[in-house]
Amino acid sequence: MTEIALQAKELVRRIEGDVSHTLVNGIDLAVSKGEFVAITGPSGSGKSSLLYLLGLLDAPSEGEVMICGQPTSKLSESDRADVRLTKCGFVFQFHFLLPEFTSLDNVLLPMRAAGKMGEGEMRERGLALLDSLGLAEHANKRPNQLSGGQRQRVAIARALANRPEIIVADEPTGALDTKSTEQVFSILRDIADNGQTVVVVTHDPALAARADRRIHIVDGKIAEITERGGAELVCEAAS
Amino acid sequence: MKLLFNIAWTHVSTRVRQTLVGMAGVAMGVGFTIMMAGLMQGSQIDFLRQLVDTMPHITVEDERRSVPIQPAEQEYAAVQMPDIANVGKRPGIKYPDTVMSSLRSWIPGDVAPSVKTTAIINHAGARIGITLTGIDPRREVQVSKLASQMREGKLDDLSRVPNGIIVGEALAEKLGVKTGNTVLLIGGQGVQLNSTVAGLYRSGLKRVDESQIYSLTGPAQVMMGQSGVVNQLRLRLSDPMLAQKVAAQVEAQTGYKAVSWQEANADLLSTFSVRDFIVLTVMGAMLLTSSFATYNIISTITHEKRQDIAIMKSLGMREYAVRRIFIIEAAMIGVVGILFGWVLGYLLCYGWSKITIFNPLTGTTVPLQIYYSLMHYVVAGGISLLCCAGAAYFPARKASRVHPVEIIRGAS
Repeated sequence: MTEIALQAKELVRRIEGDVSHTLVNGIDLAVSKGEFVAITGPSGSGKSSLLYLLGLLDAPSEGEVMICGQPTSKLSESDRADVRLTKCGFVFQFHFLLPEFTSLDNVLLPMRAAGKMGEGEMRERGLALLDSLGLAEHANKRPNQLSGGQRQRVAIARALANRPEIIVADEPTGALDTKSTEQVFSILRDIADNGQTVVVVTHDPALAARADRRIHIVDGKIAEITERGGAELVCEAAS
Repeated sequence: MKLLFNIAWTHVSTRVRQTLVGMAGVAMGVGFTIMMAGLMQGSQIDFLRQLVDTMPHITVEDERRSVPIQPAEQEYAAVQMPDIANVGKRPGIKYPDTVMSSLRSWIPGDVAPSVKTTAIINHAGARIGITLTGIDPRREVQVSKLASQMREGKLDDLSRVPNGIIVGEALAEKLGVKTGNTVLLIGGQGVQLNSTVAGLYRSGLKRVDESQIYSLTGPAQVMMGQSGVVNQLRLRLSDPMLAQKVAAQVEAQTGYKAVSWQEANADLLSTFSVRDFIVLTVMGAMLLTSSFATYNIISTITHEKRQDIAIMKSLGMREYAVRRIFIIEAAMIGVVGILFGWVLGYLLCYGWSKITIFNPLTGTTVPLQIYYSLMHYVVAGGISLLCCAGAAYFPARKASRVHPVEIIRGAS
């Protein structure tokens, strides 16, 4: 049996206010180690909210997210930060690199925050990561000296810095041209093939089709799960 | 920690103008505080030095501190005798020479006898009430700065002229007398004595100069109508600050009231403490105000950097680490500002010490007295650093509570 890297149990996220609003409405999901999952759905369907919950950026109103078998709902904010630092890597639609830092320094940021490696070891790893993403010669450039695709690749390198079990990407190609999109997706695919779990939110059906599994969300619920090359599974719950 | 320093440094070093303004604010606060402290303490110390130099450090008088308990009061609880005079019927300190030699054996300083009485000085029809102190010139040198305060004549001249007196310049001016003139002294018992002005002195304290005149002990005793009496012992200590302690011991030993210069000037010293309080308040306010620039900068940076904060938090940086970044930034601004403030403070002190003002008491032009103390620098720097940290804390706390999801959603 494959090892479960990420699991959601009856996940609900509500925003309380004058008008209560349910973003994620009872989602059950299990992602195996090394699996590449794409979450799709129309705007406002709750796919990003689900991703934030899975990446522990946000706390669920109900339900549980288990990372590598470890429940997280009882963790304090600091402990959740620690889990994010060591077990999750984030890639967003915008690169969100620190503008004053070089590519290498941006990649080193999570490693320095974790403080588990020596400076030399960190630099070595940072450079190796940039090199593996074809950015070796851009290590000392600042984000504003890079193209959109290059920035996003630096952001991916940063997400990989602490060797996280799970990479969570929110529309990582949303702001990129076709060529860069292709590059970024191949990289994510390679990451999954190397054994790290990848969960991507995307609007692009062509890209979603290349994932191991596609989860379609409508109104905060799973409407449809498609295995790659396999049959479509329509969830009764959503219909 | 290195990472936090790195980020903090990046933030402040990419905002040169704002950072400089913040540093200038801190520097001004620290600099002016140091200057004010130096000036206030300088003038205070200068004033006290004049005061201490002019007066004996301890005066032992021929009276008791409290009314002696009457035998009847000791015997019967119901008896109260309210109208007992506190001054002995026979004026004077008993066996002054014995007392003095006993005191000399242990006090850190010297003691001289004097005769203090009141009189009226009469010259060309003008009459002014004065205090006449009869002194022994050889001993006087040990206990007061009178010898160095002489403007005309010397202490020894007292014995060179008949019934010689030394008059303060201010009084001499009032009466229009000069050295060598003869004036009439009228004592309390109606004794009249023709005296010759042997010299003039200036202590720098107007109230002393206008009302205090000196003679030998003999003429003063004549004015009192008590020959051979000594009613005052004046002590001068090697360290004036010991006066209160020594005075208490002298009083315990002799039984006579011994008044230290601090006690004699308690009103003045209490004014000083009020003044100190005001100065401290003003300086504290200055330092606090100067840290507002820091508050502004940290506020601005945290606002501009919300996205970076969100991303750092999403990467797993803890709240306290984010908070620390901004505290470090404030500390950087603060520390550099304080260093500049120290230089500024020193330069201001130096500059002010070159300013001279006319002193109407001494009639001379004197430079402003500045007291240089390392303590001023340490305290001003310390308080300023605390203010900076405090100013940064609130925006930093707010920044550290940024919810990454809100920012990331807002940006995408």
